[in-house]
Amino acid sequence: MNLNISFGQYCEGNSILHRMDPRMKIIASILFIVVIFLAKNLFSFALLILSAVVLIAISAIPVRIIARGMKALTFIILFTSIINIFWIKGETELVSFGFIHIYLEGILNALMIALRIIILLVGTSILMTYTTTPIALTDGLEQLLAPLKVLHLPVHEFSMMMTIALRFIPTLIEETQKIMNAQKARGADFSTGSLIQRAKALVPILVPLFLSAFRRAEELATAMECRCYTGGEGRTRMNILHATSKDYLFCAAFVLLGAAIILLNRLGGYALAW
Amino acid sequence: MSETKTPIIEIRDLSFAYPTDDGEAPKNALTNVNLSIEEGSFVSILGHNGSGKSTLAKMMSLILMPDSGSVWIDGKNMSAEDITEEDVLDARRKVGMVFQNPDNQIVATVVEEDVAFGPENLGLPSAEIRRRVDEALEMVGMTKYARHAPHNLSGGQKQRVAIAGIIAMRRRCIIFDESTAMLDPAGRREVMDTIERLNREENITVLHITHYMNEAVRADRVVVMDSGRILLDGTPSEVFSQPETLWNVRLDVPQTTELLYHMKKSGYNVRLDIFDPDECAEEIAAAIRSDRDAD
Repeated sequence: MNLNISFGQYCEGNSILHRMDPRMKIIASILFIVVIFLAKNLFSFALLILSAVVLIAISAIPVRIIARGMKALTFIILFTSIINIFWIKGETELVSFGFIHIYLEGILNALMIALRIIILLVGTSILMTYTTTPIALTDGLEQLLAPLKVLHLPVHEFSMMMTIALRFIPTLIEETQKIMNAQKARGADFSTGSLIQRAKALVPILVPLFLSAFRRAEELATAMECRCYTGGEGRTRMNILHATSKDYLFCAAFVLLGAAIILLNRLGGYALAW
Repeated sequence: MSETKTPIIEIRDLSFAYPTDDGEAPKNALTNVNLSIEEGSFVSILGHNGSGKSTLAKMMSLILMPDSGSVWIDGKNMSAEDITEEDVLDARRKVGMVFQNPDNQIVATVVEEDVAFGPENLGLPSAEIRRRVDEALEMVGMTKYARHAPHNLSGGQKQRVAIAGIIAMRRRCIIFDESTAMLDPAGRREVMDTIERLNREENITVLHITHYMNEAVRADRVVVMDSGRILLDGTPSEVFSQPETLWNVRLDVPQTTELLYHMKKSGYNVRLDIFDPDECAEEIAAAIRSDRDAD
């Protein structure tokens, strides 16, 4: 079993994006997602592609790494676009075979949707995961959501849970592999047989994995208590987030991008169905 | 002893049994234990599995509460009725604990963030946290890994990060609960060197719970536990010069001691309290030489 999870992993670097306030990167990501869905015609898509390229360039993340992350999602991208090819009805029919009708509009639509997904993934993964450490990301989220504390929402607890989850993902993956090897050494077979047989073969992996996860959780809780953890109350932070004027400018750039795309949409040309 | 300084940890007539399922008679994990840890000392607690040594550690770090008897931290009875959560927190600011499994005590996804976790809980200003984190990482020799992810480190390195996390809280006493048990020999050496340096250079009281003899001999004082009781208590020389007592409770003695013990039994005039292999070799050479001269 291949447990490689390159998509969504932090990629060490020292670009402007790496040094940016994580809160601003989260806001910028949200703005970028909105902007992506505003784009409706070929012109605005051209601008989107350009902005994605600019993002890649300033992040200085090797294209190879981004491509590797995308590869894992090829299926989802292909699936959604192919459905669109068959779904969308238009005026220029290209193929008509029984109940299958393919229109030019459908193909264009599929292409733009594929582009939309790719740009969305590239944009958000560059802004958030590739250039932001998980801990900065959870810190940013905690501080962005801080106003919700007034409503007695457990914002700090939520971000602590995120941090611990992120911390233990690699540990648990390693453990899964160890258990699998141990079971394989005892003659377990995970790769052949029917779907049900394979699912059944997973039970002897999941049981010890869960048991150990619970044991780890208990030990971690004790260790945290011994380090004087009493929840978010009265806790300070080593790294205080500072948003500079550069960060605000960066967010403003996304607002401008959105405005530009709305303008380009008016230029006409082929427009997306939605 | 004429010194009147309050011991950092004192255990008075402590007994404890883990709760059992219905019908089973509870078996005492600790029975009438008395122990006093002087500030600045380096104490090893030795014992076989089930000897009660880890339970004792949990008592001293206030994870467990005694059934009878009391635990005193820095002159305060932590087993008294009127102990508040504040008092426990206060005691935990003095006594820290490093656990066995390095993976299960690291909270954050970046080394320096994890070291900062404790000081952050204390509510210190961020500049002070930064200073302490840098200092603690320096002390355990992990400065160049400050920005690394903990899961990419070796066991010994992870354990040093965990130690740094405790140092950064400026604890006066650190309990190491079998913190070397899951490490490979290289990792064990790294951690032991760090522990020793903390005691010698930073004057932090160290309580090292272990079942490795060669680690126990590095302490000033060795306490041997067996079935919930203290069996021996003294300097490494005093304790290890009684190999039979240790063998009786299924404990080993350092290899040097074992060798010298057998030499002595065969009639050579050697001391037993030598733990350094080179010194041991010299002692044996001297014994053989004087034996030959006598012939």
